[in-house]
Amino acid sequence: MLDKDVSELGPRELTQNPLRKIWMPRAANGLIQRPITQRRVCMTNCPTLIVTVGLPARGKTYISKKLTRYLNWIGVPTKVFNVGQYRRECLKIYKSFEFFRPDNEEGLKIRRQCATTALNDVRQYLSVEGGQVAVFDATNTTRDRRATILKFAEQNGFKVFFVESVCEDPDVIAENIVQVKLDSPDYVHANSEEAIEDFMKRIKCYESSYQPLDETLDKDLSYIKVMDKGRRYLVNRVLDHVQSRIVYYLMNIHIAPRSIYLSRHGESHLNIKGRIGGDSGLSERGKEYASHLRKFIQEQDIKDLKVWTSQMKRTIQTAECLGVPYEQWKALNEIDAGVCEEMMYEEIQENFPLEFAMRDQDKYRYRYPKGESYEDLVQRLEPVIMELERQENVLVICHQAVMRCLLAYFLDKTADELPYLKCPLHTVLKLTPVAYGCKVESMCLGVDSVNTHRDRPVNVMAQRSTEDALQTVPAHY
Amino acid sequence: MSSKHVSLTQTPLEKTWVPWMKNRLSKRRGSSVPQFTNSPTMIVMVGLPARGKTYISKKLTRYLNWIGVTTKVFNVGQYRRDATKTYNSFEFFRPDNSEAMKIRRACAISALKDVCEYFTRGMGQVAVFDATNTTPDRRDLIFSFAKENGYKVFFVESICDDPEIIEENIKQVKLSSPDYVDCDKEEAVEDFLKRIECYKQNYVPLDDHKDRSLSYIKIFNVGSRYLVNCVQDHIQSRIVYYLMNIHVTPRSIYLSRHGESELNLQGRIGGDSGLSQRGNKYAHALGQYMSGQNIKDLKVWTSHMKRTIQTAEALGVAYEQWKALNEIDAGVCEEMTYEAIQEHHPEEFALRDQDKYRYRYPKGESYEDLVHRLEPVIMELERQENVLVICHQAVMRCLLAYFLDKSAHELPYLKCPLHTVLKLTPVAYGCKVESIYLNIEAVNTHRERPENVEVDRDPEEALETVPDHV
Repeated sequence: MLDKDVSELGPRELTQNPLRKIWMPRAANGLIQRPITQRRVCMTNCPTLIVTVGLPARGKTYISKKLTRYLNWIGVPTKVFNVGQYRRECLKIYKSFEFFRPDNEEGLKIRRQCATTALNDVRQYLSVEGGQVAVFDATNTTRDRRATILKFAEQNGFKVFFVESVCEDPDVIAENIVQVKLDSPDYVHANSEEAIEDFMKRIKCYESSYQPLDETLDKDLSYIKVMDKGRRYLVNRVLDHVQSRIVYYLMNIHIAPRSIYLSRHGESHLNIKGRIGGDSGLSERGKEYASHLRKFIQEQDIKDLKVWTSQMKRTIQTAECLGVPYEQWKALNEIDAGVCEEMMYEEIQENFPLEFAMRDQDKYRYRYPKGESYEDLVQRLEPVIMELERQENVLVICHQAVMRCLLAYFLDKTADELPYLKCPLHTVLKLTPVAYGCKVESMCLGVDSVNTHRDRPVNVMAQRSTEDALQTVPAHY
Repeated sequence: MSSKHVSLTQTPLEKTWVPWMKNRLSKRRGSSVPQFTNSPTMIVMVGLPARGKTYISKKLTRYLNWIGVTTKVFNVGQYRRDATKTYNSFEFFRPDNSEAMKIRRACAISALKDVCEYFTRGMGQVAVFDATNTTPDRRDLIFSFAKENGYKVFFVESICDDPEIIEENIKQVKLSSPDYVDCDKEEAVEDFLKRIECYKQNYVPLDDHKDRSLSYIKIFNVGSRYLVNCVQDHIQSRIVYYLMNIHVTPRSIYLSRHGESELNLQGRIGGDSGLSQRGNKYAHALGQYMSGQNIKDLKVWTSHMKRTIQTAEALGVAYEQWKALNEIDAGVCEEMTYEAIQEHHPEEFALRDQDKYRYRYPKGESYEDLVHRLEPVIMELERQENVLVICHQAVMRCLLAYFLDKSAHELPYLKCPLHTVLKLTPVAYGCKVESIYLNIEAVNTHRERPENVEVDRDPEEALETVPDHV
């Protein structure tokens, strides 16, 4: 470590990055000295390869896509590599299940080739493109195939984590086929009955050679076996933080049908004045919205609806009007605008023009002085998302920035798109999981309000004119 | 149902909005995170002796209490010691010893009665029933009891066949047990191993098929493998996550505050100032101390605030910044001296002294909020091995309270002086603490609870315990 003389020199000079307000050391020549690790939630030293295992129609692609969406949302760059997709690109036309027969040499050659191509792309993504997690979505039902993948990973310095989905319930399998297989490009020209019959025969082709992960033979591998639609899990050798988070996530998700309703609080007094943040109460129109929301909920006749609010007056006032119990989450509080709290955009431009410009340059990472960024919000909201996954029907009454973050999670929006998602006042978004994604229904409840959505202006430069800066500020009183 | 718009009022202590009427619909209890516990939960341990059941019971209880879920351990062995007074030998545990069997069963039932009392009168939310519970009969007894009373049950079974681990367990916690207080080491080990044999004959682990509708986690060989079945709710999910993240590898956690800061010198709270000269000296001394500790793979964590980062910079090693480790947000009181707070917000100042744990600064945070903010830090600390955490006074108090099992009441008054490293090393069922003062002077920032906490107190009484500053 450093010697006594250095301690007399005074504390290390730090500089605060103007966008994210992160303190970093400044070397004598003014350059940043060493890369500072920010608390990215996933502290893996090497990239991770998640490998799905399981017969067709066991939910592997569902899990792959959902897990990828979650990891990307919390800031871990993740991508799915679906080998079936590679096969479709290679073959062009799918004829029948015969392609998958274990004695079809030609078919086996092509399938092996596709897996290899996919693994090459994985290597590209993890070693060159900066990806941290790759999800290798295929059946991977034989020990041989898994050994090939393990060798590949070892050669490239990737950690491997297997996710096996085991299911014997014929109802679940039938439902899977209906939900996602009938719409597959493979069956675009077949009718439902033909498609189902062919697919069942396809599954049969894999069954005879299926070697599930074994407690003894595979005891040194890291994996989670999901059994019985998630009633039961076997977890083996979790190696690091990201694997631990993946296990926790997989153990909390479920497939029971339900809907999530997202709404902002009713219009508030500060909304009307065009001021951001603060903790004001509802305006008259805001109260009217709350009444309409109550009627809406009653008409929807939702079973066991849970209602969540933030700890800010305006969401609580909105919930109070519904006449049902609700839970308050501090984590649902609106983004903290720090020194800009309760200011109008015009005032921010006047007092902090540089800050205002930086926010437009990178709205996701920009942190208000003594406040938060969207990036901070996502971290803060993660436990809310986790609990939303556990729950069934929930109405979340929150705020503009918060709602954008939640919506981005459900609709798989990038960090770039997230801060500009449209979440107007007095509108309920009903999200219903369907197939591999989420159906959104937007319901405006017919009560007027101000618009609080500010689009990215054309000019985001620090030296822009006031006019340019305020170009997209919505009207207010 | 009326659609009248209720007006809200903000509770003065926690700054939470509640309706102005008597029977409010919100189930809030003043915390920043909903509790999600509707019915009380019994966690039932299962496993042969020396499988870590009591270790898990105590650690889990400590964690749950820290995050605000009132939890208590009911150790049946303790009831047995109270009933029999002196322990003679393993013969007591022989399966054919019907006299002893009667006593042991009575102890279990007595413990269950206390569980009931804890849930009804004691307002407990989780009870950990710590005993071997190795037979289906015994587990049925507990399950029926719980069902009758409307409690949820979650089993935690610890299975271990590694003789080295078992031997280590016996050494760490059994030799110092009251049962063996008059024996020499060898006798104690021999007797205990025979005791284990007594249980082995009738041990029936939770069964994949027969017990498929029970909620449980099976832990194999100290966590290399887990089997999780039928998690029912939020709290069980959190328990599973916690159990899957803890380990028993020896390691130490070092807690330190940043070096003395400019604002510390002025007696001002919060803010984002840099280190004073003395603070900088401390940073270097800390570097030398950590060097001397010769730790393999030390991780260093700081907050996002300048003073902790400057401290870490002096160490010359890589470090990670956590926003979650930022000091408590004092809201409108940021950067004020206590004198100024007393002058401008005397009522707030008094409320804080009345309940320092739950008190939330206007537009700021409470200690209770801090704990929830720090939970992911604690979870990651459990996963890690050797870590040095450079943080702040209130934050360090919260972390320390977790490791040393301090109540919400004690937490805000724990002593965490500047320029002092606390080295925490897990041992037996708890944590050894070594306090190392690095011999560089600093202001004292610890403010004791004054005698008079009434809102109408005099300024002198209010400022009675404010430490000196420039």
